[in-house]
Amino acid sequence: MLPELFFAYFAVTITLFSIIVITRRNPVHSVLWMLLLFFHIAALYLFLNAEFLAAIQVIVYAGAILVLYLFVVILLNLREEVRIKRFIGGWPSGFTFGAALLVVLILSVRPFIAAPPGKYTVELIKEETHTKTLGKLLFTDYLFPFEIIAVILSVAVIGAIVLAKRRLKT
Amino acid sequence: MVPLNWYILLGTVVFTIGVTGFLMRRNVIIMLISIELMLNGVNINLVSLSHYLQDLRGQILTFFVISVAAAEAAIGLAIIIALFRNKATAHVDEVQEMKG
Repeated sequence: MLPELFFAYFAVTITLFSIIVITRRNPVHSVLWMLLLFFHIAALYLFLNAEFLAAIQVIVYAGAILVLYLFVVILLNLREEVRIKRFIGGWPSGFTFGAALLVVLILSVRPFIAAPPGKYTVELIKEETHTKTLGKLLFTDYLFPFEIIAVILSVAVIGAIVLAKRRLKT
Repeated sequence: MVPLNWYILLGTVVFTIGVTGFLMRRNVIIMLISIELMLNGVNINLVSLSHYLQDLRGQILTFFVISVAAAEAAIGLAIIIALFRNKATAHVDEVQEMKG
């Protein structure tokens, strides 16, 4: 009974915060509600025995990405933002598409059949700690994707500098 | 024990709210935030499947999704700054140079 209650709380708040995030008029408010949403998602990860990912969610998402968003929102002077309309002219078609997508996805979840469980049981992870298990797997079986992620991150750093710098006078 | 389908439905709902926000808002920053919402919906699905199927592959994939999200946020915000410098606007319906 208690796990269901916990899950119900998190499901209701996460859904509510997501709706609040996309409907706020002021982008700063949106980003701050997003912060609260990310903390709730991190708590959901803890609930799913993924404590390393919960820490990453708080550090990377709430700590780095949202601060970046907040900086850009404050850099751009959006004083007229709170006075004009929030949605584009064709918003009913976007809303209809979203509702139809929700129905299609929910209908496609229903016939879902789970695969046979793998070898990483809760006891095994508890015995060897979650971070160690994840790190072992990441640096042995998934080493090549890990290297590709390194390349993607350096591309992001260089690309952000190139895009955001002022054009040099020639 | 919470059923697996509840988690998948929660992830689906968050993803759909992200899609709807992306299609409805006119502010580019909120559109990028909606993309983050979509990625988080997918992450909820991946972590819950990884827990219930007792396989860590989903969590590894979540790790990669989070790092790609960081890269995407950096590039996207740099594009927004370049857009704001050239057009002095952050609204998608006022940028239509490439419209045929």
